[in-house]
Amino acid sequence: MSATPFIVLSAILFSIGSIGVLVRRNAIVMFMCVELMLNASNLALITFSRSSGTLDGQIAAFFVMVVAAAEVVVGLAIIMTIFRTRRSASVDDASLLKY
Amino acid sequence: MSFPWLSILFLFPIAASIVVALVPRSSALALPKLIAFGASLATLVFSAVIALKYDTAKGMQFTENHEWIKLFGAHYSLGLNGIGLTLVLLTTIVVPVVILASWNDGDEGRWSPHAFFAWMLFLEGLALGVFLATDVFLFYVLFEATLIPLYFLIGGYGGPDRARAAVKFLLYNLGGGLIMLAAVIGLYVVSAKSPGGPTYLLSDLQHMHLGTATGRWLFLGFFIAFAVKVPMFPVHTWLPGAAEQGTPGTSVLMVSILDKIGTFGMIRFCLGLFPEASHWATPVVVVLAIFTILYGGLMAIAQDSIPRLIAYTSVSHFSFIVLGIFVMNSQGQTGANLYMFNHGLSTAALFLVTGFLIKRRGSPLISSYGGVEKVAPVLAGLLLISGLSSLSLPGLSSFVSEFLVLVGSFVYSPWAAAFAVLGIVLAALYILLMYQRTMTGPTAEGVGDIKDLNAREITALAPVLLLIVVLGFFPKPLLSIINPAVHDTLAQVGSSDPAPKVGADSAASNPEAGQ
Amino acid sequence: MLVPMSAAPVVDPTSAHGAFTLLWLVIALPALGAVVLLLGGRRLDKFGHLIGTAMAVLSFVVSLILFITLLGRDSADRSVSQHLWTWFSAGHYKVEISLLYDQLSALFLLLITGVGSLIHVYSIGYMEHDERRRRFFGYLNLFVAAMLTLVLAGDYVGVFLGWEGVGLASYLLIGFWQHKTSAAVAAKKAFIVNRVGDIGLSLGAGLMFVTFGSTAFTVVSANAPHASKAALTAIGLLLLLAACGKSAQFPLQSWLLDAMEGPTPVSALIHAATMVTAGVYLIVRSNFIFTNAPDARTGVVIIGCITLMWGAIIGCAKDDIKKTLAGSTMSQIGYMILASGLGVVGYAFAIFHLLTHGFFKANMFLGAGSVMHGMDDDVDMRHYGALRKAMPITFATFAMGYLAIIGFPGFSGFWSKDKIIETALTENWVVGLCALLGAGITGFYMTRLMLMTYFTNKRWEKDVHPHESPKVMTYPLIALAALSVLGGVLLAGNWIVDWLSPVVGVPHESSPPIPSLAISALAVLVVAVGVATAWLLVGAQEVPRVAPEKVSVFTRAARADLYGDAFNEEILMRPGDRLIRDLDTFDRTAVDGFVNGIATSLTAIANRLRLAQTGYVRTYALSMLGGAAIVVLALLVVNL
Repeated sequence: MSATPFIVLSAILFSIGSIGVLVRRNAIVMFMCVELMLNASNLALITFSRSSGTLDGQIAAFFVMVVAAAEVVVGLAIIMTIFRTRRSASVDDASLLKY
Repeated sequence: MSFPWLSILFLFPIAASIVVALVPRSSALALPKLIAFGASLATLVFSAVIALKYDTAKGMQFTENHEWIKLFGAHYSLGLNGIGLTLVLLTTIVVPVVILASWNDGDEGRWSPHAFFAWMLFLEGLALGVFLATDVFLFYVLFEATLIPLYFLIGGYGGPDRARAAVKFLLYNLGGGLIMLAAVIGLYVVSAKSPGGPTYLLSDLQHMHLGTATGRWLFLGFFIAFAVKVPMFPVHTWLPGAAEQGTPGTSVLMVSILDKIGTFGMIRFCLGLFPEASHWATPVVVVLAIFTILYGGLMAIAQDSIPRLIAYTSVSHFSFIVLGIFVMNSQGQTGANLYMFNHGLSTAALFLVTGFLIKRRGSPLISSYGGVEKVAPVLAGLLLISGLSSLSLPGLSSFVSEFLVLVGSFVYSPWAAAFAVLGIVLAALYILLMYQRTMTGPTAEGVGDIKDLNAREITALAPVLLLIVVLGFFPKPLLSIINPAVHDTLAQVGSSDPAPKVGADSAASNPEAGQ
Repeated sequence: MLVPMSAAPVVDPTSAHGAFTLLWLVIALPALGAVVLLLGGRRLDKFGHLIGTAMAVLSFVVSLILFITLLGRDSADRSVSQHLWTWFSAGHYKVEISLLYDQLSALFLLLITGVGSLIHVYSIGYMEHDERRRRFFGYLNLFVAAMLTLVLAGDYVGVFLGWEGVGLASYLLIGFWQHKTSAAVAAKKAFIVNRVGDIGLSLGAGLMFVTFGSTAFTVVSANAPHASKAALTAIGLLLLLAACGKSAQFPLQSWLLDAMEGPTPVSALIHAATMVTAGVYLIVRSNFIFTNAPDARTGVVIIGCITLMWGAIIGCAKDDIKKTLAGSTMSQIGYMILASGLGVVGYAFAIFHLLTHGFFKANMFLGAGSVMHGMDDDVDMRHYGALRKAMPITFATFAMGYLAIIGFPGFSGFWSKDKIIETALTENWVVGLCALLGAGITGFYMTRLMLMTYFTNKRWEKDVHPHESPKVMTYPLIALAALSVLGGVLLAGNWIVDWLSPVVGVPHESSPPIPSLAISALAVLVVAVGVATAWLLVGAQEVPRVAPEKVSVFTRAARADLYGDAFNEEILMRPGDRLIRDLDTFDRTAVDGFVNGIATSLTAIANRLRLAQTGYVRTYALSMLGGAAIVVLALLVVNL
């Protein structure tokens, strides 16, 4: 079976994710877009692993999943805290950390 | 394994500095000072023992050598030769004097006096290590490490603008050090290609064949770093600011001891590792040194701030040392080595005496003084002796060294001597102008109630001044250490002294005299 | 092979034994005195002056013993050296601390310790009311020790030690009353001008080392004949530069007049009798150089001629009694320098004049001090007049000095100056005429001084009651007056020439163009004209209390020291001042400014760059995306 459709799907998912990160203001949505990008890359990794016949890509995918899980824990906690203090989930409201 | 004399010499002050830093803050204020003073005296005694055991006939001795980082070829390798020994003695003599003289200077700093004296001892240890290291990598590490205590000493204790001066000092010297780091890495690259594998040992590197171009580039790397340290024109501007803002004790440690690393490094590394490149660079270095002698002298005359003035006199004097080193004959180099010691003493005396004066009046500006001699004759007398030593009056120690440098530069080129000798006129000008404006004439406003030196201050200065006078008439003990070392250095760079044009020999072989 | 008669003798001393082992004591005694007095503190205030004087006198006694012992020796065997220790060595350069005692240094020892002792005694009285008298004596002892080192050293570097030592002592003594700014400035000026001269000695020593491999008299004198003419001439001229500094010769003469700020005994000891003659000593001692370097000698003669006229002209216009004497000192030393520049024929006469001048000038300076003592430290001769009655002893002794300096027949100065004029005329008539004219001017200004001080009308300030000085001051005056009268004895039977010939060489016999008696008569005549002129212009008229303003350009020039100071001010100090100020600005703005500029521009760049940190997450995300895109593109470009 050709790997091309999977790679194309992965690219589409990644593009949707990245555009989502760029254009949306809501922190939760951005967060989910990031997850989408991570999973798109997971899909690409597994596809390459499958086509090359080695396990390296699948191991890398596991790492990505672990990182994603950790990110969810920390990221959601931060978003929760910000929401509690500001009553807003918009990232543009959290722009104090600048020059 | 033989007794590790040198390791103990250089690690003892560092250990003592940790003890001083750990003294409880609740204890009496004098306790850390007493411990620091005692430790520095013990170091002095220990170095004196080493000096007595030192055999002038042999070269590098008390050597210790352990592998440190095999990958780079770095070793923990120490050794002592005549040039190192004079500087070790200078360091161990000056530090107790400085501690005694700055007894109360650490009280009003940013941190406690514990830290002040701990940093001083730490600095002493690192400086000793620098003079003992016979491995380029070890030297480099210690060379850069000396900046840390000095940074805290300048930045924590001193004038109102000390933070800025400390940062400038640090960045300037780090910049110089960075260039040296490049050269140190370059040395690794060259030595890694040699059959013995990478090495930083001085004794191995001296026999390594460097290409002409490589040697010159590496020489430049080392030389620029040392020129910043010395400092020479045009990389000298960090010194006056640092001297002005630091406490007198800090300035002494910086100028009398740490700046010597520059000239010491020139002898040990520039000349020792790159003899061909040293000869190649000689004309430029000599011209630069002579220019800096005159430039420093003229700048000293222009200063109104006493510490700045002394800093510029040092710029001038250090260039005499550089001149002596690079004229590549035994008169010049013996003079230069002796000058390193003597300059340490005379500058220490100058900084400390003027420091006592400035502390009393609260102003570093010459124009705010006048007629001090009348109210504080002892202070004036000691300032005069220190000043005369700085202007190299015969009978005081600096004269012998300056005269030898002049003779050496005359051997190199009469023109070099003719220009360098103008430095002695400038020296008379800047010292006597300062003395005249501060000490003589009618008593200036705010000077009338200045108290004369107290017993502690006189005790701190007395040994330095005594040494200045004794070495002025009898420099032989030092010369007997220095002369063989100079002979070795000159053999390394392949220079020999020219014979006199009409010596005793040529007179004897004169055909007419035989008839 | 015969050594030609004019060849300079080689310094070849024998090692000291017997009485000569005391040689070091001559220096050590006053040196010890200086150390004790300067470190001793206030507890010595009561009797410090006695210690100082005792040390000087003891040193004189030792010198006398040594001299008598030397007299007892064979004339070829009168050069003794005492090796003390090796000062320093580097490579094959070795400098010894060794003392050389021969006919030349023997005379100097007697002069320095003898006149020095008298001046110590005199100072006991002169400085009686000064609270820092102990320190004054410490400095005096330091000076004597340094001066003795200068004349006893057996090596040019040793000479340099004494040379700078006397410079230091002179600095301390000129500035002794340093609460006066003028004194402090004068002291500094003296030291710095002398330092300019020291350049000569430093470089000269360097050139000697390059040429001979040593700076010891023994080696240099032995090898000097084999050295190249150029090297010898260069050494000679460098030594001349040194001599110009210390002996206040043109063009380094400017410090001497200012040096009169010091207490008067200092002027007598340092700026008349001993230190300023060090240059003459240096040239005569280096006869082995100068005899072989005729070109350098020409330079010496020219400098001597210029200075002897220069000093004499300044002396004519000064109203300050000490400055008049200082001008006269410059002029008289010009005579000595001139004589020493004439070579073998002149060395002995230079030394002879140096000795007699030491006597009569010390006498007159101390006499001037005595006058000032009686006139409440006023130095202006226009406030003097008719003092011969008020101060008979001072007057009488001063008159002896006066007669000696103008060269009144029979007095010491007559013999010594006459010999110089005669030799100069024999060698070169231009130089001879210059010396002769100088003698006439000397007659003029000394007579003017004499008349304005002791004769003419009273012009005293109110409340001034001139009185004779105490005995402790007049006795040294009497002793020095006696020496001024009798100093000519040294020439009896040509003694001094024979005595010095083993050191400086035996001159060729040559006869002057006109009989020497005629020259003497001519000299006396010229002096008489000078004296008569002074009588007509000063003695026969009322002397105004204020110096007249309407005077000729010549007088104005002489009053301004022939614009020597103005020249220094305009040509050296002002541009120098501007130079250092410009350099300081350059250092702060250009050199340091460059360094600070790097720091400033880095800060500026950073300030711009940090604006990119907007705080909006999407900006960062976009830049990350852009960065990733660039990386991908770059990879594609590289791989395609």
